Amino acid sequence: MSGAILRLDDVHTDIGQYHILHGISLNVPEGGVHVLLGRNGAGKTTTLRTVMGLWRARKGAIVFRHHDITAMPTPDIARLGIAYVPENMGIFGGLTVEENMRLASTTGRFDDERLGRIFALFPAIEKFWTSQASGLSGGQKQMLAIARAIVERRELILIDEPTKGLAPAIIRAMIGAFREIATETTILLVEQNFLFARSLGRGVAVIDDGRIVHHGDMAALASDEALQTRLLSLSLAEHQ
Amino acid sequence: MTAASISATPTRRVPAGRLAVYAIVLAIGLCLAFAPFLFTDVRAAEVAARICIFIVLVASYDLLIGYTGIVSFAHTMFFGLGAYGAAIALKAWGPGWDAILLGGGAGVVAALVLAVLIGLLSLRVKAIFFAMVTLAAASVMLVLASQLSDITGGEDGFTYQAPRLFSPAFKLFEDADGKVLRLFDVALNGKVAAYYFVFLSSLVLFLLMLRIVASPMGTVLEAIRENEMRAEAIGYKVVAYRTAIFCIAAVIAATIGVVRAVWLKYTGPEVALSFHIMIDILLMVVIGGMGTIVGAVIGVVVMSLAQFYLKDLMEVAAEATAGIPLLPDLLNPDRWLLWLGVLFILLVYFFPAGIAGTLMNKGSAR
Repeated sequence: MSGAILRLDDVHTDIGQYHILHGISLNVPEGGVHVLLGRNGAGKTTTLRTVMGLWRARKGAIVFRHHDITAMPTPDIARLGIAYVPENMGIFGGLTVEENMRLASTTGRFDDERLGRIFALFPAIEKFWTSQASGLSGGQKQMLAIARAIVERRELILIDEPTKGLAPAIIRAMIGAFREIATETTILLVEQNFLFARSLGRGVAVIDDGRIVHHGDMAALASDEALQTRLLSLSLAEHQ
Repeated sequence: MTAASISATPTRRVPAGRLAVYAIVLAIGLCLAFAPFLFTDVRAAEVAARICIFIVLVASYDLLIGYTGIVSFAHTMFFGLGAYGAAIALKAWGPGWDAILLGGGAGVVAALVLAVLIGLLSLRVKAIFFAMVTLAAASVMLVLASQLSDITGGEDGFTYQAPRLFSPAFKLFEDADGKVLRLFDVALNGKVAAYYFVFLSSLVLFLLMLRIVASPMGTVLEAIRENEMRAEAIGYKVVAYRTAIFCIAAVIAATIGVVRAVWLKYTGPEVALSFHIMIDILLMVVIGGMGTIVGAVIGVVVMSLAQFYLKDLMEVAAEATAGIPLLPDLLNPDRWLLWLGVLFILLVYFFPAGIAGTLMNKGSAR
């Protein structure tokens, strides 16, 4: 596929003695939200972590734009412009909201206009600017994690299940935020909540047992219930 | 939204506990600043100088264990390198500033080189292995200091002279009769100069450390302590930052070692290298409060006063309770270590995060 910002080519990853990814090949086109769906334990999180270099691919290649990042140290991958929002949010509870945000800025400074937009997306960030991050609620922590990922313009943001454990009202607010973020950045989203994924995703790939079993347009998957049932069976039925 | 409104958003209320800690530290600082005039006996001067030196030593250790989560047993090794460097040069070349600068400088550089080596070789391994490596390095240094007795004086250590400016016979200021000038009944002699050399060196190093933890680097270190992987995932090279802070702490410890050597005019394993000092440092960090830097001030003062004056206090208490059965026995000055232990347990029980750490958390708005 042309114009891919991220390309995974036959990526195999082991965690300890377990072979988790069995040759993932995936193209993430530039721009918009692309969703990685799949059952629990299918290898979605492992895929994101392998891209970040937090797990190492045993075989295969990961290319970000023109950089081969397969063996690159994690901090260097981050500095190329890839932000990662892990499932557990990955914020620093002992630091203040401001310090958390400042850490993610490569210059240590904020762009006021950008910060203003972040505050508009996530008012809680402004409200609790000087508070310790450990005192935030789950939803606020998630907002901080995402706000931190966009404190500067990133090329690509990897987000792992941002809606997990959040109230429906917060999830609705997050859809708007993601749409806005996706206007300037490519987002690769791992999600189990199909309603959320469907309302955002442009492209979709389905992982099962460490392999990509389907990829295509989100619209096509969303309108094809038979395909949904075949690919996602239980997990999708639960969320519909 | 503009920058102005960002800075105007909820201002941080300084919690009462934090204010109390700052007040205590300021009071201690003032006492130390005027120590030669407030406490005139010789022992008090020794205690005050030791407190100054240990504040720097303990605070620099806090940079490692408290701020970054690095457990090292090599801190006295760096301290000793500075002390031995200055001491050997003072012994060989006589009491001059050139000896202090060159010898002390060599000690500090040796500490830096060793810190870089240990850091790069082993900061990427698990904390427990790193601690073992530092323990081994410190043991080797201790053995070297005792074996190379021609240079180091072996187990006994050695004495030498400090520059003339610091000798008690030196008159800082003279009055009309050519006698040493007295201020508040204290002779302004070389001993006072030596104390202020210690005090000012310690103050500069302490302020430097406060500056480091308030800098962006300090925030990164805290992030690393909390979660290495997360720090890496947002672009920080953990090994580089850890090595950097390990080197900074080593250089500061070696520098204050030089000061200690000049002040004591004696250097030996017991005062510069031994594991007793390492244990003292650990206790002081824990009592003061890890990850606070200012906790070092409180921890060092509490421990030092207990170590030096608990015996005296118990003697007085034993005499005062002479008529009561059992109590004088319990308060016998020979049992001071028992009471130091009790004091330590009480402190840890009532101040689980250290005195400064616990107070600072009190009343903080979340």
